Amino acid sequence: MSRPLVRVLGQGVRWASSLRGGGSAFPGLVMEKLHPRFVAEELAKLPLGVVVISGTNGKTTTTKMTVQLLRSQGLRVFTNRTGSNFVRGVAASLLAEMDAFGRLAADVAVLELDEAHAVHFVKQVRPRISLLLNVMRDQLDRFGEIDTTRRMLSQVARATTGTVVLNREDPRIASLAQDVTEGTAVSWFGLSDALRPMFPSDDDMRDGLRQVDPGAQDSDVPSTRRPDADVVLEAVNARSVELDVRGRKHDATVDLYGVYNQYNAAAALATSLQVLGDAADVPSLVAELGKVTPAFGRGETITVQDKPLQLLLVKNPAGFRLSLASASAQDYATMIAINDQYADGRDVSWLWDVDFDALRDGGVDMVSGVRAWDMALRLDYDLVRVAAVEPDLEDALRRFIADSGERPMRIFCTYTAMLSLRRILGDMTHVAAI
Amino acid sequence: MAHDTARALRIVQLYPRDMNIYGDWGNTLTLKRRAERHGLGTEIVDYNPGDPWPENADLFVGGGGQDSGQFRVADDLAVVAPRLHEAVARGVPMLAICGLYQLFGHSFRTGTGETLSGIGIFDLETVAGPERLIGNIVTESPDLGTIIGYENHSGLTHLGAGQQPLASVVSGAGNNGQDATEGARTANVLGSYLHGSLLPKNPRVADFLLAAALELRGETLPEGELDDTLAQRARDVAASRPR
Repeated sequence: MSRPLVRVLGQGVRWASSLRGGGSAFPGLVMEKLHPRFVAEELAKLPLGVVVISGTNGKTTTTKMTVQLLRSQGLRVFTNRTGSNFVRGVAASLLAEMDAFGRLAADVAVLELDEAHAVHFVKQVRPRISLLLNVMRDQLDRFGEIDTTRRMLSQVARATTGTVVLNREDPRIASLAQDVTEGTAVSWFGLSDALRPMFPSDDDMRDGLRQVDPGAQDSDVPSTRRPDADVVLEAVNARSVELDVRGRKHDATVDLYGVYNQYNAAAALATSLQVLGDAADVPSLVAELGKVTPAFGRGETITVQDKPLQLLLVKNPAGFRLSLASASAQDYATMIAINDQYADGRDVSWLWDVDFDALRDGGVDMVSGVRAWDMALRLDYDLVRVAAVEPDLEDALRRFIADSGERPMRIFCTYTAMLSLRRILGDMTHVAAI
Repeated sequence: MAHDTARALRIVQLYPRDMNIYGDWGNTLTLKRRAERHGLGTEIVDYNPGDPWPENADLFVGGGGQDSGQFRVADDLAVVAPRLHEAVARGVPMLAICGLYQLFGHSFRTGTGETLSGIGIFDLETVAGPERLIGNIVTESPDLGTIIGYENHSGLTHLGAGQQPLASVVSGAGNNGQDATEGARTANVLGSYLHGSLLPKNPRVADFLLAAALELRGETLPEGELDDTLAQRARDVAASRPR
């Protein structure tokens, strides 16, 4: 079949399935069957190439920030915003963005891909730039072992033709610098020594009840011996951050929940510098960071009955711990919703690697989801008071909102629990479409 | 009040630095909290490769690791094997999950074809299989009742002729997916592939380990059942989940 005919067919399927509702990747599936090289051929035409963003935590937020930074500099950016982060999802997004003549009006593609899909994707499309954020234990029921996850990212690094942007503070990511193809550059983003203790590596998670001694962490590798980073997150004070960009200090505002998202901003900035090259206007990029809003479920705030409610996606021990450490428990009404569908990870063992001491002062107002009782048991063994357990998400949410009084609300939730909660909230108030 | 002057229960975590990937802390924490709720003091001691050997341990617990971590641990285990064998012979309770369970057998041949020597507390051998056995699992133990958890291992373990399994598989794969055995038991040493973590959702197993530790000190687990409603509800849900 001729290429334009295939594309028009795909666009027709996209139009038809949008009438049907949902199924964002379905038109892409049709394209993949009819014309397997479609995505690779289209993306190869982009003048500034393809940026792949992968890693365990922070992909969605970092991709959103990178896209916004590049657009602020006048670039036309194609991205897979719907979270359909695999090849057919990219194909579906491509179809949506093309005009009737099959033209993709973009200078560069910035794509969020999970580790397994990234491996598949780079076999078809070699990225010019890849940003590899971190490797943490996550979905071990899918990937098996954390070292397997690292090997997947190694394949992404090897396939990258221009620059691999790496997290200097994650030992498994930092070691990928040895894997890049000859001729491909490495750019680093990192943390100041003062901030490093706020980001315990996955290997520091074992200490449970006893706090990790900040000074002991990687103490054999002082910052002076670590590689120079293009962007360093120097200091954080609530929404205000200090960044060191290639040796110059900049003050910025990053109004996202959690210091880990401010570190993601450093990663997005480092990546944008690579895309833009000499054309980068650093002060204006830094200013643009202040305009970033949260991605769905990543600390997005929904107003319900005139009170703010934050949805905080939790997927793995490191992410949950960072999320807990980012706010004072007494200031919030807190709900936790744990599901164990495939997209959440079927194994809930990881909850035992999260230290919930931080919730002792405020307690937890509601525990919900399929694995509510597992979560309640987990909290009980960390001596955290639980006011109520209700596995049904809708009943739990209504009770939580009613009982939260004047306190702002936050809900820590796994992926499918978040999707359900957003749907239920959508019936109560305005919730932005995903 | 009888325990006010008693020595704290000394729980040794074996190799927490290298073997800690599937919520193994949950086992140590459950032992600690249940001991406290039974009115006992506890002390948790980490033992990592090369550390001075912790004397007077009342209980050992250890977990699973990456294949890479298992190499470091296997070398160290060879050094401390006589001390562990002596403790096993005295009836000291131990819980060995996944990676440590494998190394408590004779040998483990990894996916890359290397063979790790174990210390032979259990009469069993493990060979990495072509695919991982992953999913919810329910087993039945003659001594400890229904044991519920989650398994995630590539190793296929075969028990020697005289080796007692910990439990038989009701649903799930267990030691090798073939013979319906799960784990192993020798004296008061329990080996198992179950995460979940194992002890929080299986309080009977936790109390067995605590009682065995106390018995060696001439004490008994204090009277009075703990309220295990949360654990029971979590067990009911876990047992109903798809693989």
